[in-house]
Amino acid sequence: MAAGASSGGTSQSDTYKEARGWLLLPAWVVLGVFVLAPVLMMLVYSFLTKEFRGGVIWEFSLGAYDQFFCNRGLFGDEPCSIEWTYINIFWRSIWQAGAATILSLVIGFPTAYFIATRPENIRPLWVFMITIPYWVNLLIRTVSMKFMLRDQGPLNDFLISTGLIDSPIHIINTNFAVQLGLFYSYLPFMVLPIYASVERYNFNLSEAAADLYASKWVTARRILLPAVKPGVIAGCVLVFVPSLGSFLAPDLLGGAKNFMIGSLIEEQFKGNAGNWPFGAAASMVLLTMVLILLLIFARQQARAEKAQ
Amino acid sequence: MSARKYDIKSLPGFLPITILCLVVLYAPLVVVTIYSFNNSTSITIWEGVSLRWYVDVFKGPESAKFKIAAWNSFSIAIIAATGATTIATLAATAMIRGGRFRLRTVSFGLISLPLMVPEIVTAVATLIFFNSIGFTRGYTTILVAHIAFCIPFAYMPISARMQGIEDTYEQAALDLYASKRQAFTKILLPLMMPGIISGFLLAFIISLDDFIITNFVKGAGVETLPTAIFGSVKQGIKPNIMAISTMLLALSVLMVTISYFVSKKDNTK
Repeated sequence: MAAGASSGGTSQSDTYKEARGWLLLPAWVVLGVFVLAPVLMMLVYSFLTKEFRGGVIWEFSLGAYDQFFCNRGLFGDEPCSIEWTYINIFWRSIWQAGAATILSLVIGFPTAYFIATRPENIRPLWVFMITIPYWVNLLIRTVSMKFMLRDQGPLNDFLISTGLIDSPIHIINTNFAVQLGLFYSYLPFMVLPIYASVERYNFNLSEAAADLYASKWVTARRILLPAVKPGVIAGCVLVFVPSLGSFLAPDLLGGAKNFMIGSLIEEQFKGNAGNWPFGAAASMVLLTMVLILLLIFARQQARAEKAQ
Repeated sequence: MSARKYDIKSLPGFLPITILCLVVLYAPLVVVTIYSFNNSTSITIWEGVSLRWYVDVFKGPESAKFKIAAWNSFSIAIIAATGATTIATLAATAMIRGGRFRLRTVSFGLISLPLMVPEIVTAVATLIFFNSIGFTRGYTTILVAHIAFCIPFAYMPISARMQGIEDTYEQAALDLYASKRQAFTKILLPLMMPGIISGFLLAFIISLDDFIITNFVKGAGVETLPTAIFGSVKQGIKPNIMAISTMLLALSVLMVTISYFVSKKDNTK
């Protein structure tokens, strides 16, 4: 969704070029003041001293980053050795988001491919069916998932009634529940770009391969897959990035043991126990990771476009 | 063309996976909808169909809280979507009908910024911003934050629509001595309507949907539906929450369906 929205096109004109400054002004002001400036302010806050009742003291300090990366022993006076607590939370988040991405790919690729190979007039309806759940409130979807997965929930009831299992499987508050929640949250982001690239794919190439006695799987792997790779990568990025900073799925489905970045950050701003500079620093680390990822992705997409 | 040994397009197992995908997507929503009609105080035991939890939402002990939350949610969503749609329409006109200019890429980056920055980071940043300028958190801070992050969602269908409209219609109007303002309001805007409506609806849903940013900037005492539901769910899922959820779910599905059919309508022919 973030990528490729619109830049360039055939019906561009310069009819309103005298007014363009005025036309863009509201967007610049609102986004500049209420999105860009706050992010810069957050950067400033991450270098301030913490106030114990929440908030900050306006005094420069590297304390937040020091707390994040450095273990200085019980009394805080030892030289810096690597502090693993927060790095591990980030690792777990990367791992969880990665697993959710793979899950989305395994289910999303066949779905996208299947839809893209339907007759042209019913494709939009299929796409519509895949996207409807995405527009339902994320909180409600996550709560529904929680309801489904409970030990006495409908899923376990169903599995027991079919005789597949004898006693309920414990899913809620596990890593898998979080992955399932993330998968459920962002699946359309995987399906849509893959769908778009398969739809553009020229099946004559597959036919040529088949005529030359390539087997079905060789054709899929050697001809189809390279052609739709940009769509696959876009899908993976679009699922991975929001999963990484997600809050609701780990909070509602994961329980206390499956703490992720989102919860770590949220905790710093709730009540009086919080540490605002530390929360700001953790947010900066997350933002930096995401922006680097998006930059690599944008370059890679640009290269793929040039190659075609 | 000779008959081939196999169908080139179909890959085995893809249909079952697609069906599985749809089941996974819809099952939780369907189940919650069904259980919202359960005539039982327990969420586990099924005791027949009833509307008691819907009555409970409107008349029960928590109804006052939900009414205020619903009012906040809907008024914010309507104002934020209107603001974001207006801003996005103007911006799209400059971006797509304003020729090439130096700040175009920068402007596009700024418009997509809320999509690139993780939501939790936007939430933290907005909280810090309002705190640093000494602004008390409440209804206004939620509203302003919502207008800002709804802009890209309104912008996408609007700019997509504008790119689909050739500028010959406006050129014809200008050739017939219409002013640029007239060409914009009398020609371009009406043609843009399907895009503007679906932009508005998407922004409305996104605003209604938001939990994380609202939760950070709402301040004490002000609740929207998602924050009220979240607070309630923390103590366990109750049947009245399922009734509210089902109503919101139905509303979202309805609005997306309208948006789908409106955007399919082509009024340039």
